Amino acid sequence: MAELTTLREAVAALIKDGDQVACEGFTHLIPHAAGHEIARQKKRNLSLVRMTPDLIYDQLIGMGCARELTFSWGGNPGVGSLHRFRDAVENGWPNPLVIHERSHADLANAFAAGAAGLPLAIMRGYIGSDLPKHNPQIKTLLCPFTGETLAAVPSVRPDVAVIHAQRADRKGNVLLQGIVGVQKETVLASKRAIVTVEEVVGSLDAPRNAVILPNWVVSAVCVVPRGARPSYTEGYYDRDNGFYKAWDVIAREREVFLAWMTKHVMSTADFADYERSIAAEQPKQVSHG
Amino acid sequence: MADATYSADEMMTIAAARLLRNRMVCFVGIGLPSAAANLARLTHAPDIVLIYESGTIGTKPSVLPLSIGDGELSATADTVVSVPEMFRYWLQGGRINVGFLGAAQIDRFANINTTVIGPYGKPKVRLPGAGGAPEIAASAGEVFIVLRQSARAFVEKLDFITSAGHLDGGDARKRAGFPGKGPTVVITDLGVLRPHPETKEFELVALHQGATREQAIAATGWKLKVADALETTPPPTKDELEVLRALHARTARAHGSSTVAA
Repeated sequence: MAELTTLREAVAALIKDGDQVACEGFTHLIPHAAGHEIARQKKRNLSLVRMTPDLIYDQLIGMGCARELTFSWGGNPGVGSLHRFRDAVENGWPNPLVIHERSHADLANAFAAGAAGLPLAIMRGYIGSDLPKHNPQIKTLLCPFTGETLAAVPSVRPDVAVIHAQRADRKGNVLLQGIVGVQKETVLASKRAIVTVEEVVGSLDAPRNAVILPNWVVSAVCVVPRGARPSYTEGYYDRDNGFYKAWDVIAREREVFLAWMTKHVMSTADFADYERSIAAEQPKQVSHG
Repeated sequence: MADATYSADEMMTIAAARLLRNRMVCFVGIGLPSAAANLARLTHAPDIVLIYESGTIGTKPSVLPLSIGDGELSATADTVVSVPEMFRYWLQGGRINVGFLGAAQIDRFANINTTVIGPYGKPKVRLPGAGGAPEIAASAGEVFIVLRQSARAFVEKLDFITSAGHLDGGDARKRAGFPGKGPTVVITDLGVLRPHPETKEFELVALHQGATREQAIAATGWKLKVADALETTPPPTKDELEVLRALHARTARAHGSSTVAA
């Protein structure tokens, strides 16, 4: 049953060193505040899963939180490389990172299979691709009805799901709207789930077929306004595309990255404090969407 | 390009947009494909259905998205579905006419590498990886590819095949059991390449005005074959250029500067 708690308490109680953790959100609703808190609490040896590592995992990888990464597209969208991810893969910095590389269709199917309690997902995929040669998890099987060769991949069943959503009601039922990615599947595939939300409201008042996560599939609900930034929350604030561009410069060099993370994330108390810290850097352009 | 009134990149985007037809269902990659697909929608193909892998179906963005899941795509979509549904029902289910992709590198059979330069275990350059492309390349009815032509991008041999084109040519695709036809055209800043009907090797079939055959050959890492009846791409119309430039101008304004100093 979901407990309304602080993000600090939720991360401390629900994420252990060595856990498999999936912080999901497909461009939209990326749980950046929760990512910061994982870095701040110096979680180690995590097995991270995410379709698009994005800035959230670039930060965790660069801060030495991850021992392995399962992913399907590792770039900075529309900008270029994730430099900390690349440095870890190419040079083993700050520690070697084992990668399990898959495709979007594969991981989307694998989360859905995890939610369905199955050990594997079956799909028509990877035909002619070199990925199966380098990822032994990607196998094939024959359809027992048609004889067609199909890709078989292991489902994803993380220890902890971490997502951000628009809002929860006072009982901890959660509503997601807009680009909903694989978050419902991720939560249902995971043993525990942390959800950060923009606000808690009296009633969700949602349309009948809205994406609702009932409080009994969520472990903790934490109110963190703007907790997806620089990603966005539809109905609340836009994606900070400028920050994604700025990240290219921040993350390019190890020293600049470490100094930035130390100043704005590791030395701040929480996400609100982080926001004050980065706003102080450039007061004229502070925007709260 | 000799004519200074438009750039080679503009010609490439416009030539790519012209290949899309009204009411096509097009699965759009980010970057150059997205610019071309939206130009088509804003000019000759107002009822084209644009689909992005974030789950947005029938989206009509007024500015180009920076990411595959910008709010603009969601806010202007006919419907937004989950990512598993997107790949399972809409792509694998056979609903897509054209997959429109970019690439870091291609070879003569339009196989695509977006994974690594150098050995996989010890890459010289680690690229972003597969994303949705392997299954788009497999399951879309056909595939259009748009990228700038250079010897670094058009290579004799790929270090890694992320998404299959025509594999080693001929009827390889049919033998491998792909649902879709695979790449049928490659549009570049110099011209247009199409596969030979038998061998499936991509050959230069059109040059954009001002580009030369020698330029195209020099910008190709394999021995580029040139069609006997080499066509010249008609230059951009006034309308095409105006709509494209207005789209880029709106996009630049919308993506503005950061709230945070680097």
